[in-house]
Amino acid sequence: MSVTGIIFSNIHDNNLPELTRLRTMASVPYGCRYRFIDFALSNMVNSKVTSIGIITQANYQSLADHIGTGKDWDLASRAGGIKLIPPNMTAFAQGNRREYVTSRLESMKSATVYIASRKEELVVLSDCDVICNVDLGDMIDFHTKTGADITIAVKKMTLTPETAMKNVVIKSDKDGRMTDLLVYPRDISGDHDISLNIMVLRRDKLLEIIADASAHGYTSFNTDVLLKNINSYKIMSYKYDGYFACVSSLSEYYSCSMELLDPAVRHALLEIKDRPVYTKVRNSPPTRYTEGSFVRNSLLADGCVVSGHVENSIIFRGVTVSEGAVIKNSIVMQGSFIGRNCSLNCAILDKNVMLKDGVNLSGHQSIPFYVAKNSIV
Amino acid sequence: MLQKKECVAMLLAGGQGSRLYNLTEKNAKPAVPFGGKYRIIDFTLSNCVNSGIDTVGVLTQYQPYVLNEYIGSGQPWDLDRTYGGVKILPPYQRANGAYWYKGTANAIYQNLGFIERYDPDYVLILSGDHIYKMDYYEMLKYHKENGADCTIAVIDVPLSEASRFGIMNTRDDNSIYEFEEKPAKPKSTKASMGIYIFGADILKKYLEEDDNDPASSNDFGKNVIPKMLADGAKMFAYPFKGYWKDVGTVQSLWEANMDLIGEKPVLDLRTPERRIFSRNSTRPPHFVGGDAKIVNSLVTEGCEVYGTVINSVLFGGVKVEAGATVRDSVIFEETEIKEGSLIDYSILDCRINVGKNCVIGAPASEGGKITLLGADMTIPDNTKIESGTMTSKLTAEVK
Repeated sequence: MSVTGIIFSNIHDNNLPELTRLRTMASVPYGCRYRFIDFALSNMVNSKVTSIGIITQANYQSLADHIGTGKDWDLASRAGGIKLIPPNMTAFAQGNRREYVTSRLESMKSATVYIASRKEELVVLSDCDVICNVDLGDMIDFHTKTGADITIAVKKMTLTPETAMKNVVIKSDKDGRMTDLLVYPRDISGDHDISLNIMVLRRDKLLEIIADASAHGYTSFNTDVLLKNINSYKIMSYKYDGYFACVSSLSEYYSCSMELLDPAVRHALLEIKDRPVYTKVRNSPPTRYTEGSFVRNSLLADGCVVSGHVENSIIFRGVTVSEGAVIKNSIVMQGSFIGRNCSLNCAILDKNVMLKDGVNLSGHQSIPFYVAKNSIV
Repeated sequence: MLQKKECVAMLLAGGQGSRLYNLTEKNAKPAVPFGGKYRIIDFTLSNCVNSGIDTVGVLTQYQPYVLNEYIGSGQPWDLDRTYGGVKILPPYQRANGAYWYKGTANAIYQNLGFIERYDPDYVLILSGDHIYKMDYYEMLKYHKENGADCTIAVIDVPLSEASRFGIMNTRDDNSIYEFEEKPAKPKSTKASMGIYIFGADILKKYLEEDDNDPASSNDFGKNVIPKMLADGAKMFAYPFKGYWKDVGTVQSLWEANMDLIGEKPVLDLRTPERRIFSRNSTRPPHFVGGDAKIVNSLVTEGCEVYGTVINSVLFGGVKVEAGATVRDSVIFEETEIKEGSLIDYSILDCRINVGKNCVIGAPASEGGKITLLGADMTIPDNTKIESGTMTSKLTAEVK
């Protein structure tokens, strides 16, 4: 079965206003060397989905830079490959047409031409911020075998009223057919299946849904398409039991990042055999530790020079940690420079931050101290 | 349609590299790993790209699989071109017979047809066993300014070591009047780096003459260069300043790796200009455990360090368990060192499994000699391997 992929790159930008001020949600840096979208892209590439459209709307310069020609995902291909799909605005568009669309359904309207131009039978739709390593090939087999109209990937999570409010809960019968769907429910807790926002359906069916939604002025795929057709469509839930994280605030970004210090999480996300996570190649040399370095329980990318103290931290590519600096419980993004005798605790430094000698920054695990891209402190 | 290229590079990658022992048992020398995430050939290929040379023929004949796979389409170096790019050139059969490459000059002679396809004005001859960063474009400019027939890059070596090299004796204007291969009493300290630029026509002429000379051993250093000098060709030495290291021996390979570490490394790969490109793995970032100690070392993607690493270079996916120590050593990809083991002054090839409480090698400070273990070995628990051992099989004596 031939499959094409669609990724929504701006979805949930509002969840992380600090990190998405200058970028899309898709290009938020994560885990020392990745961007959020690397997971969705790698899931597709590892399942032989090799034509992928990325629907973008705003702020997508960093995304375009990250993707390049797509060759780092083996997607620099004539028979598909990777396409950025910018918003479809014509010179004749009325004022309200220029508005920032907020839902999958609205953004797909502008990608209709692309979706219609593909030849594949199936489409897999994925949000850009699904931090998981899912075997989409298996999900597609499941979709075909069950004869579903739409298949949604779900994962059983233990919810609290706070986390439930940020998720779409899916209820299904014993065969896996969806029986109910709750968008951001309140007062729910305990074990529930939540939607990973990864879906499989026929391409012609998707076009039909988009046309119908456009005619009716529908905006939400979950409530206007799935929920309204719960009886007429066969909607199946595909149970995924691997690692999954979806980041909906800066403190969640912090805690999810820190989970990578757990070997079991790294294994489930980054070290699955034959399902590697690809990212942009930067040709950084290996990280150099000097005489005075002291590093404990930390994850580091290439291209760094470490002369100071790093503990329980995530250090991205090309970071310099000078002598006498002490970094604890922090995330330091690409190219940042930590001067001598600086001290960091529970901080998130965005890209290319420069800390002059002796700077002290400290936050709390629940409210990490965030320093914006290119800041000089 | 054929398009002209001003300069085509020919990279000699066919040598066996027997002085690297087990490292070149199943691998050509240019594909030997170096510096945590590179292979030796990355330096010459990156130099070509950084010098604006986009057509590179790589001449192979010894154990080519790893090298061929590594070079692939040339994509990591941006050498996947619609016209030109990197091409692997093995010996091939022709109407009048099939011949192996008999020497460096003969290898190029057999591929004159490849060079002619690009109708270049100049041909750059390189060897794939040196670590250095160099702008070949500057050298080409020098060659043109001198109106030279041949320009040879040279580096100043200490007089005491000059007799290990091919030495160029030059006049004040750097023109060469004499070439001496490993002279007992060197007259100059200008050592040939094995990098030549020739005018394409003159190269063709001399290679054809060389091929017609049955007494010739078809080598640039031994035959072609002396012949050109004897004929009074215009030959210049291009003085290169900077880091350059022949990594043809186990010892020099180890030393070059050590040149990458330290507070101010002798060879700093982190500089933004003249970057070295390589085929990247898709490994996750490296993890440093709660009781780990890493001092004065290079560590790269996929490594997991729970033990102690001192003055060493770890390649991708190396695991050092708690209580294990790696000191003054170079550990290639995917090798695992179990708890309690000590690795001293050694090079360990890829995918070696070192059991618990092994002792491999001895520190140079205690008179130890360098130790080398070949790929895919399994070292049982409690094994002691004497310093100076170079092997890819465990024999009774080694145990």
